[in-house]
Amino acid sequence: MDATTAITGFVALYIFMLAAFTGYEIIGRVPSILHTPLMSGSNFIHGIVVVGALWALVNASSTLEQAIGFFGVLLGAGNAAGGYVVTERMLEMFKPSDKKKG
Amino acid sequence: MTAQFIIDASFIVATLLFVYGLKRMSSPVTARSGIVVAGVGMIVAVAASFLYIADVNPKAEPFLTTNITLAVIALAVGLGWAWWSGKKVAMTEMPQMVALYNGMGGGAAAAIAAIELFGHKAHGDIILGMAVLGGVIGAVSLSGSMIAWAKLDGRVNGVWRFPGLQAVNGLILLTILGIGAWTVYQGGNVGPELITAFFVLSLVYGVMMAMPIGGADMPVVISLFNAFTGLAVGFEGYVIGNPALMVAGMVVGSAGTLLTLLMAKAMNRSVSNVLFSNFGATGGEEQGEIKGSMKPVDAGDAGINMRYASKVIIAPGYGLAVAQAQHKLFEFVKLLQDAGVEVKFAIHPVAGRMPGHMNVLLAEAGVPYDIIYDMEDINNEFKEADVAIVIGANDTVNPAARTNKSSPIYGMPILNVDMAKQVYVVKRGQGKGYSGVENELFFQDNTNMVYGDAQKVMVQMIQAVKSLDGGGH
Repeated sequence: MDATTAITGFVALYIFMLAAFTGYEIIGRVPSILHTPLMSGSNFIHGIVVVGALWALVNASSTLEQAIGFFGVLLGAGNAAGGYVVTERMLEMFKPSDKKKG
Repeated sequence: MTAQFIIDASFIVATLLFVYGLKRMSSPVTARSGIVVAGVGMIVAVAASFLYIADVNPKAEPFLTTNITLAVIALAVGLGWAWWSGKKVAMTEMPQMVALYNGMGGGAAAAIAAIELFGHKAHGDIILGMAVLGGVIGAVSLSGSMIAWAKLDGRVNGVWRFPGLQAVNGLILLTILGIGAWTVYQGGNVGPELITAFFVLSLVYGVMMAMPIGGADMPVVISLFNAFTGLAVGFEGYVIGNPALMVAGMVVGSAGTLLTLLMAKAMNRSVSNVLFSNFGATGGEEQGEIKGSMKPVDAGDAGINMRYASKVIIAPGYGLAVAQAQHKLFEFVKLLQDAGVEVKFAIHPVAGRMPGHMNVLLAEAGVPYDIIYDMEDINNEFKEADVAIVIGANDTVNPAARTNKSSPIYGMPILNVDMAKQVYVVKRGQGKGYSGVENELFFQDNTNMVYGDAQKVMVQMIQAVKSLDGGGH
């Protein structure tokens, strides 16, 4: 936004490009048994949007902005917390066979 | 150290933990720790973002106390509600919960865009363009995910479409993009009416996009909306100059896109097919005569037959989970294993409601993941199996997908259960699968049908095997 924190277009492209490649590499090698938890896990990761919503709400300078910001933070917090809880619950259940009985 | 430095450093740490956590989530052995690592990253990022208070926009200063109060309330309510709902949701309902949380993320991204646009805070063509794109994608993801949730949750039923739907949708999308382009062209100086129209139309478009899609295709759509939200978050991250959002959003955007393509491929559908055409709508009923008849068999007999087999492969489907029979099934499997039978589970990529969903449901019942096999790994073993048992699955085991070119599911990869020496199909009744296609497997000479509720059938099988072994426990 303001000049000090602005990221130029090309730097943004570098960031997007490398991040996209990272995401592709991570999912590409995942066994399909983990697809549901992983979709849920990546759903949790974009819950980071709550941080952006917090910034927007803290800097709100009208009632309209406050109202929108409030919903943004509310929804973002739901995304992050909900995504975490369901992913953790699913992954907790993945267990190997008991160490050979006898 | 300035507040800004601490914020920036915390975001770097959070981003690192996200990527590392996702990486750990990609193997069943480390997956559990992966989500915890990512969770720590989230806590670090959210905690650090409270330092934003130290350096606010001068115009916002008179509002600061209210803003902070609102932020704390919103965080507490959102977190509390999501935590509670996430803890109590049943494993079978996981796909719609993921859709719901995902839609919320899209909504949050759209909210950031809305503040930037309504408040005329975004300047510059690229920033405005990103704000607009993130806004429309986030809003579409919000309303579309809500429809996906409502459909999978059984709150909205049926496939809703009318002639010319695609044309109407195209027109809406063009209008949205037109307003967006105008906003960028005007340097953001457009009236609130236009911006309101922009967001309302985006929400409408999300609804129109998801309404015509049937339940079977919904997982692909949820995955697509997940990728959408990631993109929206990444774009808005650029708008507000936050690289953590950019990286996390784009990682999810690309990972989600790949996952969507993998899912569509597993279902033998292209993504555009899922979005723009109705499954089997034009197939008609002319699917050729199927020879043979369905041969019912008693559950106990089938159970005893498996007790004396040396190798049994189980092909579970969503019907198993609907009947809540996973625990009974695993009890039966343990009986077979104690009797020296080799038992394996064969999972079709779209068993359950989305890829990997069946693995979660089996894991919930305590089935260890090392006797569960993916389709590619086990398909060659069916011909060596004495018995293959299909429980609550249908289309994913229909040999017509291999042989019948006129079948709507032709070309879809299937589990080769028909190649086992003996096949049992546990099924509630004689109905067809999700695709509405008749299943040739049921009419094969080596196939017997075990009719009944999957859970009751499993209990009968357990009793039959137990009484055989002297009735002892």
